[in-house]
Amino acid sequence: MVSFRINSEDVSFDGDPGTPLLWVIRDHLQLRGTKFGCGIGQCGACTVHIDGAAQRSCVVPVATIDGRNVTTIEGLAPSEHALHPVQQAWLEHDVPQCGYCQAGQIMAAVDFLERHPDPSDADIDNNITNLCRCGTYVRIRKAIHRAAELTAGEKS
Amino acid sequence: MSAVPRNCYLTRRQVLIAGVGAAGSLVVGLPAFAYEEEGERMLGFFIQINPDGSVVIGCKDPEIGQGLRTTVPMMVAEELDVDWNRVHIEQMPLGIVKTADGFRWKYGGGQGVGGSTGLTSNWALMRQVGADARRQLIRAAARRLAIDESQCETRPGFVVCASRDVEIPYSELIVEAAALPMPDDPAPLKAMDDYRIIGTRRKTIDARDIVTGKAMYGIDTVQPDMRYAVIARAPVLNARVKTFDDTKAREIEGVLDVFTIEGPEPGEPYVILASGVAVVATSTWAAMQGRAALDIEWQESPNASDSSDRFWRENEEMLKGEGQVVLDEGDFDAAMAAASKTITRQYRVPFVSHAPLEPQNCYAHVKPDECHIIAPTQMPSGASRSAHAVTGIPRENIRVEMTRVGGGFGRRLTNDYVAEAAMISKKTGWPIKLQWSREDDIRNDFYRPGGLHEMHAGIDADGTVVAWAQRLASGSKYYRRPDMPIENLYQAELYLDDFPRRIVDNIRMEYFHNAIGLPRGSWRAPAHTANAFVIQSFIDEIAHETGQDPLQLRLDLLGEPRELEYSGHGGPTFNPGRLARLLRFVAERIGYGKRLPKGRGIGLATHFTFGGYAAHAMEVTVADGKLSIERIVAAIDCGYAVHPNGVDAQLQGGTIDGLSTALG
Repeated sequence: MVSFRINSEDVSFDGDPGTPLLWVIRDHLQLRGTKFGCGIGQCGACTVHIDGAAQRSCVVPVATIDGRNVTTIEGLAPSEHALHPVQQAWLEHDVPQCGYCQAGQIMAAVDFLERHPDPSDADIDNNITNLCRCGTYVRIRKAIHRAAELTAGEKS
Repeated sequence: MSAVPRNCYLTRRQVLIAGVGAAGSLVVGLPAFAYEEEGERMLGFFIQINPDGSVVIGCKDPEIGQGLRTTVPMMVAEELDVDWNRVHIEQMPLGIVKTADGFRWKYGGGQGVGGSTGLTSNWALMRQVGADARRQLIRAAARRLAIDESQCETRPGFVVCASRDVEIPYSELIVEAAALPMPDDPAPLKAMDDYRIIGTRRKTIDARDIVTGKAMYGIDTVQPDMRYAVIARAPVLNARVKTFDDTKAREIEGVLDVFTIEGPEPGEPYVILASGVAVVATSTWAAMQGRAALDIEWQESPNASDSSDRFWRENEEMLKGEGQVVLDEGDFDAAMAAASKTITRQYRVPFVSHAPLEPQNCYAHVKPDECHIIAPTQMPSGASRSAHAVTGIPRENIRVEMTRVGGGFGRRLTNDYVAEAAMISKKTGWPIKLQWSREDDIRNDFYRPGGLHEMHAGIDADGTVVAWAQRLASGSKYYRRPDMPIENLYQAELYLDDFPRRIVDNIRMEYFHNAIGLPRGSWRAPAHTANAFVIQSFIDEIAHETGQDPLQLRLDLLGEPRELEYSGHGGPTFNPGRLARLLRFVAERIGYGKRLPKGRGIGLATHFTFGGYAAHAMEVTVADGKLSIERIVAAIDCGYAVHPNGVDAQLQGGTIDGLSTALG
């Protein structure tokens, strides 16, 4: 039995402890905003936060998160009616095309901005490695800069 | 609302799915009555106006990231005259109606997205839907006020009757409006100058759902009692299962069933691509683990000796001989003989996989006499046909729902994964969701055809291109189509009317079909993706060899604006002057001709595809053999931009996809 918190709720899983966290989140907890893209930690569509750090949940066995705190895209916004600054910036720059990778992109960007509150283009290019087949990278970069501005504004 | 017929009390979802009794008004997309229940008020298939004034507009075509779910409602909302920020969208299911000799579309237009026709195929119909609905609302208001409808106008969400100083919200008129018989003539459409939604900068209508994780894709489908399935597919094309041992697979907790899936005959038309072994389980991971535990012995495949080396070697050999001459205008041989210089180049265009980020998946529930499909697909009618082909269930009893699609790029024009899901559900009787892994996707794609292009040009003394030939050896995309004559295979690979036809007088095109077994399909703008690369690269070679400026050579060839005959998709005409205009634009914006440091240069390209004109200028650096891109200016002339933000997004995304394909 593995027990952990996800989006501020206590949950447990009593299946195969080798099950990747991704499939526990999607199939068992039915939080479907976190996507499956490659299964080998390459594309980043499955990015979630484990104790605040962005992780590719398709390669994280659920056994390793016992007692830890997971946040998915569904738990990112402060409330139903408010958005996280990164989500807000994504809307301002109209980033999504098909949208499938964007939950993972946003989760990666949130963690990245914690560590790089005022990033350069090169910081973004070197650290945000999530894939987007629609090619929204130009807008993702702009939106990350915008999110940094919004976050700085909130703090000041 | 006693005027509403009893049988029309349906929920909104039922109406969108069933469209009960509304078949007679398909062409205008507006049935002769409205529905109301629990405060939901429908006007036709496409429009629902809620008591609070919010409007739900149905989109009949799938959203694959091209922005159609925003663009189509813009057309309706414009003519209906509603506030854009009160508009929501709803994905409509496949609508087909059985007729004496087949099926017809239920919603007054085809459904499906491919060939860059999503916007154009909706343009006339969806504006008319909005305009007809608005006219009905005006007529209802005029009747209620006992005045002539010419005394009524609209402002967003209201019918306004200035002479009576009255405004009536649409939501109060919808039942009366729909009860009035529709006039025979279509309502007049707005003049373009009066647009306030179409042609303006609007954002993706459901982006908030995407950034909050609420947007549901095919992979997110959950239905009651649903099981999860994966397939271990043949590792070599056309290999069949000889035997398999599922002992270990069945020991995995959650694995429910394991059985063989039979693939098609080699080279024959297909519904699915590969033989394999299906594993059904209580979760995706259990199914994947079950598959990993299978021990399968495969039969020898007739394609076992296919290889890249052999394919490219065969192409080279074929080009040494004579192929099928598919275009021969002027006198190519004489012009080449008389030319002061001749140039030949070869270009290898590789097979390319689509790799949409959402791996293929499909929900299927096959019952004895009906079937329910929920799929991320570009062609819902193809999904219906595929499910019919493997279940035998009449298509009118196959319900196909479309989800938001995590990337298409042409891959999901083919519904092989729908057929697989239906086969598994039929065999087990369970509702199942089939899930492909990324490896399944990369290995079992319908790849953009690879081919070896050989280009020839003859140049006269003043640098004019007087002869042109394109010779192509490739695996045609049409290789496995039913009733496809071998002499037509070239049509998927060489578009005869493309530049520089009707510009260079002496022109020849020659095709050689390589019968490699590797599956092929449509990748983005199929053969244009190969031919634009080849033709534009060759122009640069000509410029280089003859000491001409690459921009000026292109402009000289393209010439003045004029309409040339173009019988291919995107015609009936092609105006090379529109390409020239774009080239001048991107060249100016990137500073073409400016002094550049050593190792840096500017490249240009332009092409006409499916009615759209595009050009790129790229400033690049080559240092130590490594290419880096400094700056790109891209321009498109797609005609009137209905959704300018969407055009920008497609141009940016298409440019990046092109780069990632070209540079690997």
